[in-house]
Amino acid sequence: MADTSHGTGGLSFDKSKRAWPNEANIFIALICIIGMFEILGQLLPYMNNQSFLFDTKDRFDSVFNEARLKIIILQVAIIGIIALGVTQVIISGGIDLSSGPLVGAAAMIVMSFAQTELVNGNPNPKAVFGDWAFDLPVLIPVVVGLLFGAFIGAINGSLIAFTGIPPFIATLGMFLVCRGIAQWWTRGQPVSFPTESFAWLGSGMMPVIWFLLLAVLFHFILRFTVYGKHTYAIGSNEDAARMSGINVKRHKVLVYMIASMLAAFAAIILSSKNLTAQSGMGQFYELFAIAMAVIGGVSLTGGRGSIIGTVLGAMVFGVIQSGFTYVKLDAFYQLMAMGAIIIGAVVLDQWRQKQAAARA
Amino acid sequence: MENDIVLKTEDLTKHYGGVQALEGANFELKKGEHVAIMGDNGAGKSTFVRQITGVEQRTRGTVWLYGENVAFGGPLDAREAGIETVFQTLALADDLDVPDNLFLGREKTRLDWLGPFRLLDYKAMRRATIEGLEKTAVKIPNIRNTIRNMSGGQRQCVAIARTATFHSRLTIMDEPTAALGVQETAQVENIIRTLKEQGEPLILISHNMRQVFDLVDRIVVFRRGRICANLDIKNGDITGEDVVAYITGAKTQPEYQEAA
Repeated sequence: MADTSHGTGGLSFDKSKRAWPNEANIFIALICIIGMFEILGQLLPYMNNQSFLFDTKDRFDSVFNEARLKIIILQVAIIGIIALGVTQVIISGGIDLSSGPLVGAAAMIVMSFAQTELVNGNPNPKAVFGDWAFDLPVLIPVVVGLLFGAFIGAINGSLIAFTGIPPFIATLGMFLVCRGIAQWWTRGQPVSFPTESFAWLGSGMMPVIWFLLLAVLFHFILRFTVYGKHTYAIGSNEDAARMSGINVKRHKVLVYMIASMLAAFAAIILSSKNLTAQSGMGQFYELFAIAMAVIGGVSLTGGRGSIIGTVLGAMVFGVIQSGFTYVKLDAFYQLMAMGAIIIGAVVLDQWRQKQAAARA
Repeated sequence: MENDIVLKTEDLTKHYGGVQALEGANFELKKGEHVAIMGDNGAGKSTFVRQITGVEQRTRGTVWLYGENVAFGGPLDAREAGIETVFQTLALADDLDVPDNLFLGREKTRLDWLGPFRLLDYKAMRRATIEGLEKTAVKIPNIRNTIRNMSGGQRQCVAIARTATFHSRLTIMDEPTAALGVQETAQVENIIRTLKEQGEPLILISHNMRQVFDLVDRIVVFRRGRICANLDIKNGDITGEDVVAYITGAKTQPEYQEAA
């Protein structure tokens, strides 16, 4: 047999030969950013030697400053749920800009089916429907919300898969449509006073629990199911996926449906947590969700990224946001800095891709 | 007697708007036979393959596979009917590893009632991958690496191993060695010889005269969308110069006069 130039290794799948995972880099970045804020806390004269994440004051009964940790994960949990869906869309080679307004519209609709009849003994002043819609079982608003998400996602996915409209344009249109639906639903009036069982869904640390449960579920799905494999394949090389016999169009519709259902679920949790729904809810959420995914190493060119990365990206996002508040940076500067960080993450990703291509 | 013929086309024609990319191709491939398709760029070779494999829909004509009249709606139909194709543009997903690419679109799965969320049987796919690569004597240092990090030859070998792993009724290769070095080309040619020994029929599109004379039984020459020659090269009275003459249009076989 002819000698080959492919080395002498023969066939193997040695685990030790696998590349350094990208997620590890993000974890290191997370530690570095925390460290940076710790140092700032010591250096900045107006900070009085506070610690960012550690318990240094009063009781010393725990290692960490639990209050701040809780705030950080609560802050990122709801947008994090959206980011789980956005991650799948981006891995498949698309983008979803409609998730923020979808949160607003879904929250309005969901809350209309979750209202309670009596508020402190008085009739609900914000009632949307008649008596039949009061005190419904909690399953009904949840199912209505998820169905609405699935419907919007099916439209997004069908537009992209069957008409060839770029995902950016299709979901930008849906962005406006959803914001319109949110305002039209009650002519701009907020919807409030949910049933107790509905309010339980987003109470306390429940958003974090939902986020982690869904993260585990979708990590498993992306890693171990045919759906996950085809999502990566389509984002990696759509023509190859088609020629391999994957039904690319049907798969894209499914991906956008799942993403929009996750956004709708985020709306359920958010309106439950706030005990009210307003048409303006979810502003910038689509961008923050994309940012979490991109910071977490999901490549905007498709084919690469992971749920673990996005969860870490969400943590980085939360730590940075909380850290800016901690060092008393004004909210305007926070938005600007956030924008710079997102651009930086994409530049870094492109640079890494070039490095990888040069090595191959 | 009909069962002796793997593939037969009659009057196979493809027009792109006003352009006649393929005109009235009558083609036959017998069991165990390896046939090369040659011709200049734009002669209709790849167009011919795309009509057979269902990547495009033909304008006119009939295709029989093992005596059965077939009209594939897409590449998956062709593949399910047993036609394996190595495309000129490698149909590989760069971000996936070797087993993933080998089994793309026909993964081994468990719990199939879960529909699109059925579980991947990674273990079985890895095992089958190693068996397949051993059968074709392809060496790849680590099959868990993504395709992105592999050399052109390794990528090509993965694409070909895909066709060889799944026992196919007809294998089609579109310029499989066009971008390869000497040793990598030798490896691909070895795989083709293995297929010949196993009696698997093959259509090979190639520009490489030496390779074609080394590997196949018969050469079919395309020119400006038409077949202009059908040359049996086993008895050795056809030379490379003859083939070049047919490709450039200096010669045309009498039975294909309308192609002149």
